[in-house]
Amino acid sequence: MKNKTYVSGYFPDDKDLIIAIKELQEKNVDITDVRTPFPVHGLDKVLKMRRSRLPRAGFIAGTIGAVIGFGFQAWVFTEAWPLNFGGKPYLSVPSFVPVTFELTVLFAAFALVFGFLLRSHLGPGADNHIFDEEVTNDRFQILLEAKDGQVDSLQESLQSVGALGVQLHEVKS
Amino acid sequence: MYVSPVREPLISGEKSYSKVTEEIYAPMTGRPGKTWYAGLTLALIALMFGLFSIFVTVWDGIGTWGLNRTIGWGWGITNFVWWVGIGHAGTFISAILLLFRQKWRTSINRSAEAMTIFAVMCAGLFPLIHMGRLPLGFFIFPYPNTRDVWVNFNSPLLWDVFAISTYLTVSLLFWYMGLIPDIGTIRDRLKNGIKKKIYAFLSFGWTGSARHWMRHESMSLILAGLAAPLVLSVHTIVSFDFATSVIPGWHTTIFPPYFVSGAVFSGFAMVLTLMIITRKAINLEDYITKSHLESMNKIIIATGSIVGIAYITELFIAWYSGVIYEQYAFINRAFGPYWWAYWIMMTCNVITPQLFWIKSIRRSFTATFIISIFVNIGMWFERFVIIVTSLHRDFLPSSWSMYSPTWVEVGIYLGTFGLFFTLFFLFIRFFPVIAIAEVKSVLKTSAEKFIKKGK
Repeated sequence: MKNKTYVSGYFPDDKDLIIAIKELQEKNVDITDVRTPFPVHGLDKVLKMRRSRLPRAGFIAGTIGAVIGFGFQAWVFTEAWPLNFGGKPYLSVPSFVPVTFELTVLFAAFALVFGFLLRSHLGPGADNHIFDEEVTNDRFQILLEAKDGQVDSLQESLQSVGALGVQLHEVKS
Repeated sequence: MYVSPVREPLISGEKSYSKVTEEIYAPMTGRPGKTWYAGLTLALIALMFGLFSIFVTVWDGIGTWGLNRTIGWGWGITNFVWWVGIGHAGTFISAILLLFRQKWRTSINRSAEAMTIFAVMCAGLFPLIHMGRLPLGFFIFPYPNTRDVWVNFNSPLLWDVFAISTYLTVSLLFWYMGLIPDIGTIRDRLKNGIKKKIYAFLSFGWTGSARHWMRHESMSLILAGLAAPLVLSVHTIVSFDFATSVIPGWHTTIFPPYFVSGAVFSGFAMVLTLMIITRKAINLEDYITKSHLESMNKIIIATGSIVGIAYITELFIAWYSGVIYEQYAFINRAFGPYWWAYWIMMTCNVITPQLFWIKSIRRSFTATFIISIFVNIGMWFERFVIIVTSLHRDFLPSSWSMYSPTWVEVGIYLGTFGLFFTLFFLFIRFFPVIAIAEVKSVLKTSAEKFIKKGK
């Protein structure tokens, strides 16, 4: 495969980052990625990111958990192993609530975490390319993918919005 | 950025982002100090003694404990409830305070969550040992088996199995997901080597991409929303172990809220005890400040007062019910053979936390440390009082009995302290004790530098 070329530049503060992104967007520069040491508020709106669908995944998994939890208990006590507790009904709904609730939470939590990891390509052994090791410290980095012959213009536009340490990266893809 | 004119900064000292990284990373570098080795050794000795006591229990049988036919639950279940309660503070701080947008939690949530996980691990040991035969522990899980029976889903003890294991799993997921950005930070500080490889593996390839952060925030919020009712459900279900029985002194509808607030109360006390030592030991005085102390102590007053009201309500309802057996159970608690345990509980849990109404005490590290120890002791005695005094006067006076633990039970309790502290010492050495990324995100609303700039 052909190597991909990226141009990166960083800002020392999140305020400068957001202003710079807006300026780049006005110049119709496609922003490949923005990397920050902590979640920057408003960044998702500026980058026009679609809202995460993780809550929906969590809700669906939670519902499945609830159905499995309740269904299994109901099946055990009405079909598989009916026990008579002092003549009380076999389908004793109130006493199935705790386990149903716990399984709802458990399934939803797993769906959220694994959904997050899969969607973001993160996980044990994931080998994502790190362009600048200071990003996890104090740099707010903008990353632009350069198609053929774009390198110079992208570097220029990054410098014009005040990015520091503008650099070229070649990454094996 | 809005800067509050009234509130103190969350993080004191003029700090830049890289300074935060550096200072939180510092305790993980270099050779650990002598105190760290001494503490770890002590914890390991306690752990070994605990393992030996468990061995004695399993080898010789439950007869090595001080339990008898009247008092079937003693220190074992007392410790179980106590440890589960300790765990509640972590989830309270990381989930409920996240939902309430309390930014001061960022300095303490990481270590408090770690305490949750370690405390729940300690707690989980007790029911397992209490079965007497550890290899049969898997009987509590519903799995298709040749005996053709299922577990009893109507039993609160089984609800406990589900509650505690779900709680441990969800806490672990929540904690680790919060850790990966910070492990990424540690990975990037390390130069090449095996250590870097390990942290790179543990960081799950974290890059700090805006998309990842957006998903991470969305996930954390929903996880917090799930963990908040979960933490309330856990101690509620633990209280069902008692409340659904027919023993006077246990059969009370007040138990779930009473246990939950007691759990948060004792958990905060434990977090305070440990954080006051840790912040001194690894120089995090700028991150855990007097205002953190004050906020936490306010929660201690609130939950401690709920616990106090619960004690008094129990007494009132016993009198108001007109049931002489119920009345006897409570009079016997206060003035019977275990009166001393009752009054230790009352003093430590109801009176000492009220001292926090005084501002200078609430903001004093020494005073808070002492009171937090009192609360820890008091909450242990609460569980002891509920369990032992309710059981020791059985329905038949011929079965009346007394209980005191043997060295084996004490040994297992010490062993769980060993386990807890071993894990805690390893944690403060190998993981960032304070959530680096989260602290950076609240730095601007708090740092003096920015306040000055605004003027």
